[in-house]
Amino acid sequence: MKVVLRNPRRELEVRGPKTVTALLAELDVSAESVLVIADDELVARDARLGDGATVEIRPVMSGGCDVDAGARRARPLAAAR
Amino acid sequence: MKCRVCRGPAIIDVRRHNAAFCGDHFVVHCREQVQRAIHSHRMIEPEDRVLVAVSGGKDSLALWDLFSELGIAADGLFLGLGIGDYSGASVGFARSYARDRGLVLHEVDLAVDVGFTIPSAAEATRRAPCSACGLSKRHLFNAFALDHEYTVVATGHNLDDEAAVLLGNVLRWDVEYLGRQQPVLPATEGFARKVKPLIRLGERETAAYCVIRGIDYQVEECPMAGGNRHLGYKEILNEVEARSPGTKAAFLFGFLDRGHERFSERVEVERDDLHACTVCGAPTPGDVCAFCRLRERAASEPIDVARPRG
Repeated sequence: MKVVLRNPRRELEVRGPKTVTALLAELDVSAESVLVIADDELVARDARLGDGATVEIRPVMSGGCDVDAGARRARPLAAAR
Repeated sequence: MKCRVCRGPAIIDVRRHNAAFCGDHFVVHCREQVQRAIHSHRMIEPEDRVLVAVSGGKDSLALWDLFSELGIAADGLFLGLGIGDYSGASVGFARSYARDRGLVLHEVDLAVDVGFTIPSAAEATRRAPCSACGLSKRHLFNAFALDHEYTVVATGHNLDDEAAVLLGNVLRWDVEYLGRQQPVLPATEGFARKVKPLIRLGERETAAYCVIRGIDYQVEECPMAGGNRHLGYKEILNEVEARSPGTKAAFLFGFLDRGHERFSERVEVERDDLHACTVCGAPTPGDVCAFCRLRERAASEPIDVARPRG
């Protein structure tokens, strides 16, 4: 199957069939941090992926700003750590 | 896996609820979680005018969509951060979503309206770009809301965001930030109410919601966020969550239910200590607010940021 990874975008060939759980384990990807989309359909962890499938492993982790989210009194620039 | 509701084939599992859902019932699940957050924390009243902070990412577009699903009228505000192609693509997703659904999207562009960008501010201040970004967002979303008579600013902070922020604040025992970490910051002099209706949904859920609802969003990570502390905390929490589903929610909601009040008194004292910034009028403990000091260091020609565009 063709597996598309993101951030950075790259493609791999992985032999199928296998379950989503097995694919993520093989690629050492945390299931908590991705969605798996097979042939444009979201699939659950027990779904079986065929050898001819195109599978996107889409990361869901985002953010960077707001380490101090909710702040209403921003730390003075001079005192920043 | 079968859908918990209809027993049809499931397409998404939510391990902390020990549940899986088909597409239709997952959308219902998301709607119920947001409705519960809004109701239990009294985030939005019928007379409110709501402004959604829209980034073009999954969380803010899911939030805007869920507001529509729940019958809550809301306009969007996109802040152009000047982060090259990333910002260009992000505004495209925000505009497309708004245009296709006939919604109002305001835009403020840091470079045009304020005179600096996040990369230039990071360079001028020699601080992490996320710091200038967070400060600019908080200031400009609030200023825009007040200038245009929105009573509520709604942000797409989700369960993962809030748990990661909490972990960071606990690791440093930052009691000031712990006192402020709430799903609702009430309106006070110089501040619109700020609400986080997605706190009951993890970011895997908001992403799945967008995929199921056919919402195109910015999937790429911000090029300036790589390696930051916040993402590191999320990775740590995901490892714990994988071993023990439900830990993130227990951590965050346990704090809000039983821990927050121990830190809130200090915030009351600080609030009484604020007065108007001599440059822009925003509440600040000093003479000039942190955003105006950032602008002074980073901007070439500051311009009025309050005017609506688009």
